[in-house]
Amino acid sequence: MSVDLATVKRVARLARIAVTDEDAERMTGELNAILGFVEQLNEVDVAGVEPMTSVTPMAMKKRQDVVTDGGKAADIVANAPASAENFFLVPKVVE
Amino acid sequence: MTDLTRLTIADARDKLRGKEITAGELTESYLAAIHAANDTLNAYVTVTPDRAREMAKASDARLARGESGALEGIPLGIKDLFATEGVHTQACSHILDGFKPRYESTVTANLWADGAVMLGKLNMDEFAMGSSNESSYYGPVVNPWRRSREEPSLMPSTHMGEGGFVHSGGGVTQARTLDNMRLVPGGSSGGSAAAVSAFLCAGATATDTGGSIRQPAAFTGTVGIKPTYGRVSRWGIVAFASSLDQAGPIARDVRDAAILLKSMASVDDKDTTSVDRPVPDYEAALGRSVKGMKVGIPREYRVEGMPEEIEALWQKGIAWLKDAGAEIVDISLPHTKYALPAYYIVAPAEASSNLARYDGVRYGLRVPGRDIVEMYEKSRAEGFGREVKRRIMIGTYVLSAGYYDAYYLQAQKVRTLIKRDFENVFDSGVDVILTPATPSAAFGIADEDMAADPVKMYLNDIFTVTVNMAGLPGIAVPAGLDGHGLPLGLQLIGRPFDEETLFQTAHVIEQAAGRFEPEKWW
Repeated sequence: MSVDLATVKRVARLARIAVTDEDAERMTGELNAILGFVEQLNEVDVAGVEPMTSVTPMAMKKRQDVVTDGGKAADIVANAPASAENFFLVPKVVE
Repeated sequence: MTDLTRLTIADARDKLRGKEITAGELTESYLAAIHAANDTLNAYVTVTPDRAREMAKASDARLARGESGALEGIPLGIKDLFATEGVHTQACSHILDGFKPRYESTVTANLWADGAVMLGKLNMDEFAMGSSNESSYYGPVVNPWRRSREEPSLMPSTHMGEGGFVHSGGGVTQARTLDNMRLVPGGSSGGSAAAVSAFLCAGATATDTGGSIRQPAAFTGTVGIKPTYGRVSRWGIVAFASSLDQAGPIARDVRDAAILLKSMASVDDKDTTSVDRPVPDYEAALGRSVKGMKVGIPREYRVEGMPEEIEALWQKGIAWLKDAGAEIVDISLPHTKYALPAYYIVAPAEASSNLARYDGVRYGLRVPGRDIVEMYEKSRAEGFGREVKRRIMIGTYVLSAGYYDAYYLQAQKVRTLIKRDFENVFDSGVDVILTPATPSAAFGIADEDMAADPVKMYLNDIFTVTVNMAGLPGIAVPAGLDGHGLPLGLQLIGRPFDEETLFQTAHVIEQAAGRFEPEKWW
């Protein structure tokens, strides 16, 4: 399989990365090189093979459903580019 | 006074406890070495002298009271991927500009609890994506090793002495001059490997998703171990591909790597993939005989176009282990060639999900836009470098509607087969597998072939990536120099949670091969 320019632009949109036409053009070639490289996986017979979900066989650890942390709003917004009264500030999303 | 930066961790530990030196003196020696070298090598992106002096002072106070942790007073460098409270933590990406976490990663917290001293944060490929440390926002790291201009006779066995003979990049033959060409230290943990090799820290933390500890270790003549998946907590480490990422140390020798891993590893409730098993005393495994041990040699690792020197090094490793009493057996890992292509689906898929969090809202870089979507798109376009964008794009594509089964599901099935190959070999009684660590020695910065074709760069990880796909432990240990006087490494792969056998066997190789140091030019 290979991708065309329109697909690359659509994927960039899905990934929320702004691309210029020039970027998209270059990425099309690069992505096709990588997709060409991974193509060989199709020759592997995977009939009856389960996809890997966990590399180490183990039951997922669960913790008690209790509050163990919190009260750190100031810490959480400390690195935000814009915040006010412990809220993150973003451009207006509702008209 | 002797140069304290030359001491291994084990030696420094003894001298500190014996009150021959102080943590303050040791730390000052490293800070001076970093100050003199970093403009040239670019191994550190931030140096934390105040923090280092404060920690060393506290160590000296504890040592004076006769208390000492496993790493008391030992100065370490920390890869920029580990969250360090109040200190530069940016995964060497522009998108994390100014990020100073309000928390400490479990690994670094473990090190500080054992008395280690932080010197600063080490350079790396952006978000750990790369094999040359050239994708860092902070520029490439320069390998302390250089090619020598004349063909030296460094491979012969006459100098490969018994027991800890130290080879210097220029000390063996006299008529050699170093080439000025700047070489990469490998990646993604290039800063860690270069800093350890150039005596700018006693040891360093690193991470390995497809070879990012072992490949730079091999390129710099240092020892690097990627532990079993789940052995070291991932909490507080910036995530790249969560099912593959694992932290480990880069050190000057096998013993130091064992000492560091003991402190880094732990059982951690904050990481659900952290495995509930006690951490053994890895150092105790050194010196145990390998007599009767079964060492597997996988035929699929003899790849097309592999330089003769790599093959010769491999044969030498086989001979050393045979001489030490190990039994050598030929084995087959039939799905080896599919590990790298499967990796380039699984890793970008996980990365595209993990890196969705960088949106210009909660931390780091924000580029304003007309609306919130344009702000996301512009922030991510400016904040991520080329390689990172490439991988996010591949990941987004293979996970997108209509392609998930063809790519991601197929790759995860192939991954099951890769793991099964290893299980079959270990079930047949093989204790450890010996392979080359990399298909070549260090290459030049801005190598044109690598820059022109991303897949060519990816091939650096051909011998290491299988280990991540199967979640196994792997160690890279220096084993010789190539015709240009550059270090080459061998890799040992073990059963899950059998790091002890890796340290035991790597120590035998180290004893036979000697240790390797670059000639100082910086």
